[in-house]
Amino acid sequence: MTDSKYFTTNKKGEIFELKAELNNEKKEKRKEAVKKVIAAMTVGKDVSSLFPDVVNCMQTDNLELKKLVYLYLMNYAKSQPDMAIMAVNSFVKDCEDPNPLIRALAVRTMGCIRVDKITEYLCEPLRKCLKDEDPYVRKTAAVCVAKLHDINAQMVEDQGFLDSLRDLIADSNPMVVANAVAALSEISESHPNSNLLDLNPQNINKLLTALNECTEWGQIFILDCLSNYNPKDEREAQSICERVTPRLSHANSAVVLSAVKVLMKFLELLPKDSDYYGTLLKKLSPPLVTLLSGEPEVQYVALRNINLIVQKRPEILKQEIKVFFVKYNDPIYVKLEKLDIMIRLASQANIAQVLAELKEYATEVDVDFVRKAVRAIGRCAIKVEQSAERCVSTLLDLIQTKVNYVVQEAIVVIRDIFRKYPNKYESIIATLCENLDSLDEPDARAAMIWIVGEYAERIDNADELLESFLEGFHDESTQVQLTLLTAIVKLFLKKPSETQELVQQVLSLATQDSDNPDLRDRGYIYWRLLSTDPVTAKEVVLSEKPLISEETDLIEPTLLDELICHIGSLASVYHKPPNAFVEGSHGIHRKHLPIQHGSIDTGESPVSTGPTAALDQPQVIPSQGDLLGDLLNLDLGPPVNVPQVSSMQMGAVDLLGGGLDSLVSPKPCIFSVSQILKKVFVRVFWSQVLLRLHCFVFLCSFGVIPTTPLPIHTPLMPNQSIDISLPLSTIGPVMKMDPLNNLQVAVKNIIDVFYFSCLIPLNIFFVEDGKMERQVFLVTWKDIPNENELQYQIKECHLNADTVSGKLQNNNIFTIAKRNVEGQDMLYQSLKLTNGIWILAELRIQPGNPNYTLKIGASLFLSLQAYRPIDRSSVYKVVLEGCQT
Amino acid sequence: DAAKRILGVLICRNYKGDVDMAEIDHFLPLLLQQEEEGLLSPAITRGNVHFLWIKHSNLYLVATTNKNSNAALVYAFLYKLVEVFTEYFKELEEESIQDNFVVVYELLDELMDFGFPQTTDSKILQEYITQEGNKLEVAKSKVPTTVTNAVSWRSEGIKYKKNEVFIDVIESINVLVNANGSVMSSDIVGSIKLKTMLSGMPELRLGLNDRVLFTLTGRDKGKSVAMEDVKFHQCVRLSRFENDRTISFIPPDGESELMSYRINTHVKPLIWIESVIERFSHSRVEIMVKAKGQFKKQSVANNVEIKVPVPSDADSPKFKTSTGHAKYVPEKNLVVWTIKSFPGGKEFLMRAHFGLPSVENDEKEAKPPITVKFEIPYFTVSGIQVRYMKIIEKSGYQALPWVRYITQSGDYQLRTNS
Repeated sequence: MTDSKYFTTNKKGEIFELKAELNNEKKEKRKEAVKKVIAAMTVGKDVSSLFPDVVNCMQTDNLELKKLVYLYLMNYAKSQPDMAIMAVNSFVKDCEDPNPLIRALAVRTMGCIRVDKITEYLCEPLRKCLKDEDPYVRKTAAVCVAKLHDINAQMVEDQGFLDSLRDLIADSNPMVVANAVAALSEISESHPNSNLLDLNPQNINKLLTALNECTEWGQIFILDCLSNYNPKDEREAQSICERVTPRLSHANSAVVLSAVKVLMKFLELLPKDSDYYGTLLKKLSPPLVTLLSGEPEVQYVALRNINLIVQKRPEILKQEIKVFFVKYNDPIYVKLEKLDIMIRLASQANIAQVLAELKEYATEVDVDFVRKAVRAIGRCAIKVEQSAERCVSTLLDLIQTKVNYVVQEAIVVIRDIFRKYPNKYESIIATLCENLDSLDEPDARAAMIWIVGEYAERIDNADELLESFLEGFHDESTQVQLTLLTAIVKLFLKKPSETQELVQQVLSLATQDSDNPDLRDRGYIYWRLLSTDPVTAKEVVLSEKPLISEETDLIEPTLLDELICHIGSLASVYHKPPNAFVEGSHGIHRKHLPIQHGSIDTGESPVSTGPTAALDQPQVIPSQGDLLGDLLNLDLGPPVNVPQVSSMQMGAVDLLGGGLDSLVSPKPCIFSVSQILKKVFVRVFWSQVLLRLHCFVFLCSFGVIPTTPLPIHTPLMPNQSIDISLPLSTIGPVMKMDPLNNLQVAVKNIIDVFYFSCLIPLNIFFVEDGKMERQVFLVTWKDIPNENELQYQIKECHLNADTVSGKLQNNNIFTIAKRNVEGQDMLYQSLKLTNGIWILAELRIQPGNPNYTLKIGASLFLSLQAYRPIDRSSVYKVVLEGCQT
Repeated sequence: DAAKRILGVLICRNYKGDVDMAEIDHFLPLLLQQEEEGLLSPAITRGNVHFLWIKHSNLYLVATTNKNSNAALVYAFLYKLVEVFTEYFKELEEESIQDNFVVVYELLDELMDFGFPQTTDSKILQEYITQEGNKLEVAKSKVPTTVTNAVSWRSEGIKYKKNEVFIDVIESINVLVNANGSVMSSDIVGSIKLKTMLSGMPELRLGLNDRVLFTLTGRDKGKSVAMEDVKFHQCVRLSRFENDRTISFIPPDGESELMSYRINTHVKPLIWIESVIERFSHSRVEIMVKAKGQFKKQSVANNVEIKVPVPSDADSPKFKTSTGHAKYVPEKNLVVWTIKSFPGGKEFLMRAHFGLPSVENDEKEAKPPITVKFEIPYFTVSGIQVRYMKIIEKSGYQALPWVRYITQSGDYQLRTNS
């Protein structure tokens, strides 16, 4: 006979009948009745009114009946809190039962009665059970502490249960240890003390010992707990790794992933050049691959995590691309993830295979998968330059299939390929244009329009093509409208004579017939630009754009690090930090990777001037080409247009003039220097509507960055300007600029990113301790090989040697020695840059002759080869010009 | 792992009480919606509740949580549930749950507590949770010490008249062949299964011709096998294996999978398929399939099944085979060519002819690959061998190990040109 009969009770008067049966004299009848009640509860009927009758059956020596009554209690205690009290006595009594199964059952159920009133009665029984002689009872009691903490955290703490739990970590029974760890970890998630488990080397050792003996689930709790530990040094990290590594061979995939998490975290602490580091990396790959032979859901979790691991440490799986090839019967979620990882692992070495696979996938039937495959081909082209040509021809093949969504997706990625490799594949434009009519998705239409606009001069009928889109302008999506506007403006600037009418048309459509504020604004911008100064308009609109970068969908590094700490968890599946999807987790510590001890934290020191620091940083090595031309064309005569303290209007003049420049880009002017503070201040004038500014990024050869956020708190109005003093330091990213003293600035607001650049007077980078010791100077000067020296003339400088020397000294160019040779004054000078580079010079001044001769030599601290003399002269030139007023 | 609900409306168990029981009602509509949009995912979110689900025959096993739970653990646990229920009830289906709901509740209580998985070894569970619950038995009222022991998978006091252990070495070949005949990927997934019929608490040691072990001990590497990755049952001492590659363990009683391994070496596909599928629009499809046994002449592949895809609108099949027989399975759009016994080195041919309707459906059709199923007894493709199985029990009995080898097809796919 089966239990299913209990589900088939009659409807009318059911409760009444059950009530009678529950109070039947015969034990068997009562049990049957309780089963019927549970069956009713299971199918969702409300049987809470039977509460007192069911609780009456609690006092029984029949274990099965007791379990059923307890089950009922857990379900309805909350809705009948007053009556739940009736059960307390029974719990207290059962916790003393000679049978450990009953003691455990009582303590397990107690914690599930989520009624605040009765929890306090349960403390004493729980205390006893935590010290029970039977491990089965202790392990159940350990979990009960976590349950009570969830109901009444303060009480659990006051009663000292957390200490009891911590004591259980040293229990002789592995299952008790594992449950104590699980309970403590659970509690610590909502507890202000993040080190609730008191992780110290002794406790870690206990956990590692228990790891070998407990069940697979216990191993997971322990590993997850271990991953929160920060070993004090690399030795400790390595010894823990050594004891965790065997878990990679466990059959349970969750054990494997938790072990991977511990190892990925502790890898951070191991020196990269050690043998052990390399061995460990090698050991991680096979278990990750094996996870892909698991059930599809396990594969999915594995793939989402591998996606993170591949971004964090690409070397682990770089040889394994084949295992990510898609199988026909993979579920769609597995297919899409595999595809993503294939792209991340694509390299010159495997690109042929990858492309062959992608082409295969692109002919499948699942639309989402096919689209992603086509996109993947485009990403390969952008990522692996050598494969670009092959990718393009594969995409062309796919376009020939005429499968509509394939064609559209292909056109979108081809646009991006054009943005990465401009002027390289425009021969295929004709083929693309053939498909114009079949494009019905905004993305694809916009991509095609962009291509036509960008290459308008090479497409004979570009005007016709764009005009055809114009007909249904108002039915297009905003994206297409904006692209079309820009494309027609580009076309006009390239072929002004034939397209005047077209551009008029689009401008009036955008500005007069549209409600869309973005479209109108952009329309007006173009309109005014074109009517004010077409030449400048051409420069602005058709100027070269930066190439798009290789990987666009990488997870931001700090988030990636955080997610690595959550390997195996939902956060790693969603690629979101836990506080993004767990309620009430905002106050909780965010996890981060351990930091290697002893590493230099450069974030503190404002300017690194020492030679060692300078050597740590990548040196700025300007290329010769353009700079050389620049220099030779420049008149080294009397300086006029150099920004000075007094000439700060220079930037302002431009801006206040209201010219086109001020419309498209804000211009700053760097004007003052505080050398004592080793800080540079910048004053910026804005004339653009900047609204709220989000961030402010500097790029320059000397690593200049602002040390505070941009202090603009209210939106700026058109033509409003504002002065800002911004403390700067030179600890930012170093990027070689051309010319060397160029500063690129990006300002982001909600509309867009604005870029501009300006020249920084180089002398602000000269540090005060740039005076070289006489002896050192002599030796260094002599050691400079001839080919590293440069000599040239500075014309029309009517100052005597002492005045020059004094002026230069004010700018931290120090005269080390002065002598008079045959009536000429020879000044020997040194200066040092913020990045530690030394520059030596000899200045020859003939009284009465306004032309000086300058000889410059290389620094002591650099690779002489890398540092070309011509660059030094440019440095010096700027200095001299800057100082001579 | 806030609350684990099993079988949706069939039966639920709320372990933590932090997810509303009514939330589960949203699961199925969400799932169906995702399915329709083609964006199916094993983790579905609604508000702050996450549904992690697996499907077993026509049942969904769903875990709900509102925390950043260990997803890997959740899926492993759900599959464990299937395993335990299947061992208890033979079939896990709606009926067996209803028929045994009292035991199911008892099991759910024992398997997990407050979202933490506990004892999931069905053999041990069966010692104190039985289906004959109507009678109160002595055995049932005591917790077996095994539950909390370090050896949590084997009970004490097991007795057999004849002590034997049967070892099955099963290797599955996974192959993916491109339409132009090049092997895109291939690997071997091996599994060593035990049927243990041993008394007491025996200590076992399994010796394989493992290349790493041979290298460690300085033996001839010639006949050894390099295993890329190895996974062991809970019972194997992992640290010991990590140290000196010794596979030592106290086995669970009865049947269990002791270990599995993966081998990367490029294997020649044991059954090679060449196919020509020609489609003449509006008239017919001609299929020619050639199968070749690329294994030793002494060996025989049994129960070979070669499944060839055909267009969904094909009709009036005609077949010709040089051996075995071919059958059209219209509901799966397949021709299944069955060969009972396929000796190594032999080559067979199958031709099929289908008519196509003059009005074709213009929907693009999927391109399923040809798949092959087979098994070859007495042979492992990797050459792995059980060198010894040492069995030591303190009572000192003699026990016999029996070894059997078999190679079979795993995920065996050959893409076609059609």
